[in-house]
Amino acid sequence: MSEPIIQLDGIRKTYRSGTLEFEALCGIDTAISEGEYVAVVGPSGSGKSTLMNILGCLDNPTAGSYLLAGEDVSTMTEAQLAEVRNRRIGFVFQQFNLLASLPAWRNVELPLVYAGVPRHVRRERAVAALTRVGLADRTENRPGELSGGQQQRVAVARALVTEPAMILADEPTGNLDSRSTADVLDLLDELHDAGRTIVLITHEKDVAERAGRNLVISDGQITSDNPTARAGVSA
Amino acid sequence: MNWAETLRAGAEAVRAHRMRSLLTMLGIVIGIASVILTVGFGQGAQDKVRDQIDALGSNLLIVSPGSSTDSGGMRGGFGSATTLTLDDATAIADRTAAPDVSRVAPTTSTSTAVTAGETNWTTSVVGTTTDWLDVRARTLTSGRFFTDDELASGAKVVVLGPDTASELFSFGSPVGQTVSIGGQQLTVIGVLDSSGSSDSGSTEDDQAVVPISTAKALSGSTSGAVSTIYVEAASSGTLSAAYQEVQSLLATRHGVTTAEADFSISTQESLVETANSTNKTLTVLLTGIAAISLLVGGVGVMNIMLVSVTERIREIGLRKALGATPSVIGRQFLVEASMLGLAGGVVGILVGVVGSWVLPPLIDQPVTLSLLATVAALLTALALGVGFGVYPASRAARLTPIDALRSE
Ligand SMILES: Nc1ncnc2c1ncn2[C@@H]1O[C@H](COP(=O)(O)OP(=O)(O)OP(=O)(O)O)[C@@H](O)[C@H]1O
Ligand SMILES: [Mg+2]
Repeated sequence: MSEPIIQLDGIRKTYRSGTLEFEALCGIDTAISEGEYVAVVGPSGSGKSTLMNILGCLDNPTAGSYLLAGEDVSTMTEAQLAEVRNRRIGFVFQQFNLLASLPAWRNVELPLVYAGVPRHVRRERAVAALTRVGLADRTENRPGELSGGQQQRVAVARALVTEPAMILADEPTGNLDSRSTADVLDLLDELHDAGRTIVLITHEKDVAERAGRNLVISDGQITSDNPTARAGVSA
Repeated sequence: MNWAETLRAGAEAVRAHRMRSLLTMLGIVIGIASVILTVGFGQGAQDKVRDQIDALGSNLLIVSPGSSTDSGGMRGGFGSATTLTLDDATAIADRTAAPDVSRVAPTTSTSTAVTAGETNWTTSVVGTTTDWLDVRARTLTSGRFFTDDELASGAKVVVLGPDTASELFSFGSPVGQTVSIGGQQLTVIGVLDSSGSSDSGSTEDDQAVVPISTAKALSGSTSGAVSTIYVEAASSGTLSAAYQEVQSLLATRHGVTTAEADFSISTQESLVETANSTNKTLTVLLTGIAAISLLVGGVGVMNIMLVSVTERIREIGLRKALGATPSVIGRQFLVEASMLGLAGGVVGILVGVVGSWVLPPLIDQPVTLSLLATVAALLTALALGVGFGVYPASRAARLTPIDALRSE
C-alpha cells in the first residue's frame, strides 16, 4: 500500500447555532492512500459534506488531526491553506459554483490565475482541459448558455486544470441525468486511471460501485469501510 | 496574482456590473460636483464684495452723517441727516488740524434725469471737488476731469460714468457733447473708466460727476450740506491716525463727544468686515449644503458597495476555494473600489468645473473654484468608496471558504 495522502484521527465537527450545538462528525479515523478512488455514502444529514469540506480545507474541524500528505493542516496559515487548495486539490461541487459573468474558459483558468501561471499559458491549458471534458466548442459560452451537464463538465475541467493530486467531488452527478452522469463518471474514471486520488460523495449505488472503496457514514461516524468489486481491477 | 493582473480583473469587474458601477459613480459625481459648485458660489460672492470694496479706493475713510453706535455697522441712512457740511470737509483738509490726511472729497448726490438729445436717463448726479478722482482711485478713458478754476466758477461741465455714457450716447464720443440736467446745458468733458468692480450694474459706473458748486446751482440749494466726505489717508500706515484726527476734529466742530457722534466713519476694512460677517452666514449655509450632498453621495456609495460585496460573498468563497488568499481578495476589491472612486471623482470634478463656466452667466453670480474643497471632496469620496468596498470584502475574505460559499 502506498503512502496515505489523507490521514484523519478523531475528527469532530460541532456546529453551533445560538445555544444549540450539533455534532455533525463524532470522531472520524481513516486513511486514504494516493491513487485510491473512494466513494463516501450514507443517509442524508449523516455528515458526508461536512467531512468533504474538511478534507478540502474549506472548513476547520472542531477537534482531531488531519494530515494532508504528512502535513498537519491545523498548523497552516491562511496563505498556506490557499496554496494547498490551489495546488493539491480540485473541487467539483454539487451546485457547480461557476462565475456567471465569465465564459467557460475564464472559469476554468481561475485556479491558474491564483497559481501565478502567465496569461497565454493559462488560456492554452484551460482550452486543453475543456477539450478533455468534450467542450472544445463551448469555451466562449457563459455558464448560463450551457446545460447542467455541460456546466458540471466545465467544473470538472476547472478541477483538473491544475493537475491536482486529489479530486474531491460532492455529489457531482446529483443534478444530472443518466447520460451526463455517465459522462462525468467516465471522466473521473479516466482521472483515476491517470493516478489521481478521488473522493466522491454519492447517493447512488451504481455510482458508488465504480469506486474502489466505499466509506459508509451515518450519524457522523464511519459504520463500514469496504473495498468494492472493482477494487481488484483498478487499484 | 500581480498588480497588472489585478488591475485588469478590476476593470473587468467594473465593466461586468455596468449599472451598479454607474450608480456608484453617480453618487460620487453628484457629491463632488455639488461641493465644488456650492463652495465656489460662497467664495465667488465673497470675492465679488471684496472687489467692490477694493474699487472704492485705497487708504479710504468714508464719513457719513448719522450715528453708528451699534457694532453691526452703519445705521441712520445716508442722506437722512444733514449734519455734514462743506466746511467740515474744508476743516479736515487743513494740514495742521489733520496732518495724516492727504486729500478730501466732499460729495453731494441726487438722483436726476439727464438728457442728451432725445435720450433720457436717470442717474445719480454727484457734486464733488477736484480731488475726488484720486481719492476714489478712478481714472478716465477719455477727456479730462474738471479743474480747480471750473470748481471755483461753477462751470457747466460734467464727467460721465462709463455706463451712463453708453446709455446716453450709443455711438460716437460723448466728450464735447452737451447734456441737459435740470434744464441746464452741461458740456461733457470726460468719461470715467469702469470702477473695476465685478458687479456689472454697479452705481460706481452709472453716475454724472459735476463740480460741487455746479451741483448746488442745479438743485437750487444754498445749504452747505454734503452727503458723504471721502478722506484719503497719507498712507495705509497712517489710516488709523487719520481716523482719530477726523473723528476728534468733527466731534469738536459739532460740539459732541465721540461716543454720541452725529456722524460715522467707516474704513474699507470695516466695510470688508461687515460684508464678511454677512457672507459668513452664506458660506456656513453653503458649506453645510455641500457637506450634506457629499454625505448623501457617500451614503449612496456605501450602500452600493456594501450590497455589491454582500451579493459577491459566494464569489469570494469560490475564489478562496480555488486558491485565492485573503490579501488577493482584499486587493481585488480595493482596486475595484478605487477605480470607481477615481472615475467618479474625475467626472465629478469635470462636471463641477464645467458648471463653474456655464452657470455664472446664467444666474449672474461668480463662481470661484476652490482647490482645497475639490481635493477634500475627492478624498472623502475615495475614502468612502474604498472603505465601504474593502472593509466588508476583507471581512468576507476571512470567512472559511465554506461559510462564504454557503452565504445567502
Ligand atoms: N452550517 C451548519 N450549521 C449547523 N448545522 C449544520 C451546518 N451544516 C450542516 N449542518 C448539519 O450537519 C449535519 C450534516 O450535514 P451534511 O451537509 O454534512 O450532511 P450530508 O451527509 O452531506 O447530507 P446530504 O446527503 O443531504 O447532502 C446535518 O444534520 C446538518 O443539518
Ligand atoms: Mg451533502
